[in-house]
Amino acid sequence: MCGIVGLLIKQPHLRASLGELLVPMLVGMGDRGPDSAGLAIFSDALPETERKYSLYSGGTTYGWGDLAKNLQIQFGFVPDLEVQGNHAVLTAALAPDQFKPWLQQHYPQLHLLSVGRSIDLYKDTGRPEEVADRYQFLNLQGSHTVGHTRMATESAVTPAHAHPFTAGEDFCLVHNGSLSNPNQIRRQLEPRGIHFETDNDTEAACRFLEWRMREGDTLETAIQQGFEALDGFYTFLIGTADKLALVRDAFACKPAIVAETADYVAIASEFRSLAHLPDVKQARIYEPAPEEIYLWTV
Amino acid sequence: MNTHPAIHREESWGYDRRIIHYIQNAAAHGLYEIRGMGAKRQLPHFDDLVFLGASLSRYPLEGYREKCFTETVLGTRYAKKPIALKIPITIAGMSFGSLSANVKEALGRAATEMGTSTTTGDGGMTLEERQSSQTLVYQCLPSRYGFNPEDLRKADAIEVVISQGAKPGGGGMLLGQKINARVAEMRTLPEGIDQRSACRHPDWTGPDDLAIKIQELREITDWEKPIYVKVGAARPFNDVKLAVHAGADVVVVDGMQGGTAATQTVFIEHIGIPTLAAVRQAVEALEEMDMKGKVQLIVSGGIRTGADVAKALAMGADAVSIGQGVLIALGCNSDTYVQNGGHHSAVEDYMALGTAPGYCHHCHTGQCPVGVTTQDAVLEQRLEPEVGARRVKNYLQTLNMELTTIARACGKQNVHHLEREDLVALTVEAAAMARVPLAGTSWIPG
Amino acid sequence: MDSVTFDLAQIPLRQVNTFLHQHPEQKTGKVTLLNPDGAHSIAVGLNAAIEVEILGHAGYYAAGMNQQGTVTIHGNAGPGVAENMMSGRVHVKGFASVSAGASAHGGLLTIDGDAGLRCGISLKGGDIVVGGAVGSFSGFMAQAGRMVICGDAGDALGDSLYEAVIYVRGQIKSLGADAQIEPMREADYQGLRELLDRAGFSYSPAEFKRIASARQLYHWNADADQEY
Repeated sequence: MCGIVGLLIKQPHLRASLGELLVPMLVGMGDRGPDSAGLAIFSDALPETERKYSLYSGGTTYGWGDLAKNLQIQFGFVPDLEVQGNHAVLTAALAPDQFKPWLQQHYPQLHLLSVGRSIDLYKDTGRPEEVADRYQFLNLQGSHTVGHTRMATESAVTPAHAHPFTAGEDFCLVHNGSLSNPNQIRRQLEPRGIHFETDNDTEAACRFLEWRMREGDTLETAIQQGFEALDGFYTFLIGTADKLALVRDAFACKPAIVAETADYVAIASEFRSLAHLPDVKQARIYEPAPEEIYLWTV
Repeated sequence: MNTHPAIHREESWGYDRRIIHYIQNAAAHGLYEIRGMGAKRQLPHFDDLVFLGASLSRYPLEGYREKCFTETVLGTRYAKKPIALKIPITIAGMSFGSLSANVKEALGRAATEMGTSTTTGDGGMTLEERQSSQTLVYQCLPSRYGFNPEDLRKADAIEVVISQGAKPGGGGMLLGQKINARVAEMRTLPEGIDQRSACRHPDWTGPDDLAIKIQELREITDWEKPIYVKVGAARPFNDVKLAVHAGADVVVVDGMQGGTAATQTVFIEHIGIPTLAAVRQAVEALEEMDMKGKVQLIVSGGIRTGADVAKALAMGADAVSIGQGVLIALGCNSDTYVQNGGHHSAVEDYMALGTAPGYCHHCHTGQCPVGVTTQDAVLEQRLEPEVGARRVKNYLQTLNMELTTIARACGKQNVHHLEREDLVALTVEAAAMARVPLAGTSWIPG
Repeated sequence: MDSVTFDLAQIPLRQVNTFLHQHPEQKTGKVTLLNPDGAHSIAVGLNAAIEVEILGHAGYYAAGMNQQGTVTIHGNAGPGVAENMMSGRVHVKGFASVSAGASAHGGLLTIDGDAGLRCGISLKGGDIVVGGAVGSFSGFMAQAGRMVICGDAGDALGDSLYEAVIYVRGQIKSLGADAQIEPMREADYQGLRELLDRAGFSYSPAEFKRIASARQLYHWNADADQEY
């Protein structure tokens, strides 16, 4: 149970202010989700051979130098490692199927939060204002972002259980609500080689949709499949390299509201997170209808 | 010569007479059974625990002389006016509609005499119960029958009911025969129709929204009144945490033995977990959040005796709440009722319902032979408020005496000083659920 | 009491609500609230004939449990606007989120724009007039009172209705269990005309359909469409 926020910048010159616009939105959802917070931020895609890896170490700091050194020894390049305390973004011409097994084997304590050419991801426990400070969300830049504040329902309060959840590359999902058949979904996916990292219901939704897309569905048709397969109450906000998608289940018990101007599309669980956006008074404001797919492209 | 062969009677375990009756009944009516009271099946319960009394290592208090405090304060977290009770035994929410106005009045009087609280139910607050109850908890239920701001302000505490132990996830029912003119008016329903209560609140879903609902109730009542959140025991560890997150002052956890006026039997017997299993999880949730003592816990569902009360408190409850027990004190399932100073047999009336004293769960019919769960003008006279109040007061007093006696035997000057280490279990099941050692061992299964 | 203005960006809501609750007998004036910014529980529990103007968008439960007050929201309202209203008037100039007027017992709720799902759920009296469309499950289990929908209605309109009556001017996506369209009677035209007038809409009552309970769910019956 939680708060969700999302923002897509329409005017490229405003991408530098993405973090400044988003932080008050995220903090505004603190009461709905006081346990943990997180966000995924998308920016211009790297060249096809390169990838960004968001890494999280737990604790408050981490000796990233050792990782950098060993990467250089193993793969033979000076790694571009952008460090922020217990969090780092590695950018490298390194394919996931090379890097992931190596990381798992040599650094099992490091958690891989996201992989892709566009996505950076941050999530941790604590109130959203603390998490935003910890990772300096204010300085983030990009084209669109998906954020979340969490009130844990059934699973534990840990950074891994915080949202956004990711699957595959450049794909993430945040959720307000509670699924009633997440374990069934999980048992459907696991025999197909899909690995789960938590017992969180949201992870089931995230991996289900990403699996459908790998099977050839578009984002829209994957979500259509989701309407059939995923039971329970939900508002989902989904981020891909160039899209934001918003959907609510047929009962639409979990709130969502959208404000659109010529400059941005902003999404939140409640209006109080949108109230302080520039020009919001002139925005087109509406609530998404149940079982309808709202899709915005960068 | 005997012409009949000997009759061989081997009853099937899987298709015993109870199941045969169930299937044939379903085939005849095409509707599931609805009944009153709580789970009838055998469940691990507080009976499966015993206290380790005083010994050479612990010193008892004199049962008849030495003080043992029972005062209980509920709602200390945010409310400007917490509830102070003389005993940790309260009366559970039961609706006017399921119960007669006389019964509601009797419960109020008894609670007031004992210095404890009583609770409204799914049908609003009656004048009788407000006037007779010194401390009255007002329920905010999914149906919102008879819910209004005047009564909200008249209440001493507000209880947001998420679900009931008898039927977590299900709404209540009140069959048409109990919807007389007054009940109908209070619930804004036509007289004599079957009433279905909602299973979910009309204006919020989930703990994030509950936090906002609680805030609204506090704003309306200027942050004076304690706000309880009541959940049927299903996932108590999570639910208690979420209720605390949402801002509850008090959490009420109602186990599956909890009663109901009328609900599907399939809910009563098959949804929810026993009180014994729920209480430990609820307490651990509070302890993990460091909220023990800051948010109070009330446990209900099958609390019958002073020993049950003592065990619930030892397990970590701050108070208990009793529904069926007080109805039985009023005469439920008794073969007689008291009217105009004399005892009268009710046996024939039980028979007319197809039941007998000791087996009755026909609250849903509104034909309660002893006048407790009825709106019938004649039957309701069988429970006189004075008589009922006296009996309920006696019952609560007995429970409280048993509670303090046990507490003293365990060396406690205050019943709230009972601790789970004072208990051991007699069965492996109870040891596993309550997470106390099996008697004579240090083994906690699981 | 004269006119008072509170800026919710400056003064805690709790203080404003406490002010609104004090000395109800002396309150007849107008209170203007600035910068609501989606805050919850604005002007809840009013119990005097006081006029409150909210200049902006409100969050959950605006004017909840209103008695006698006249509350105007110059913007949109969040979930549960005027929930459990007893009397008075609540007017939303924009749109209202889900559960507008839930379990209201009396008074008039007017929504100029659309209303979300479950509008008028468990309605127990009182009137709701929606200028736009309403979402699915509107009027669910409504017991008494009237709902007027000037636009379209979503799925399962009037499911499990008791004695409440719904009037719809636009299209109905689907009716809920036990809801049926009935002929308009003279009393319907008259009542509807008066209600539309009070709510400030000029539609002709002749454009509306009447939806009420078929009363097939009023008693247990194996042959009725009951899944509960």
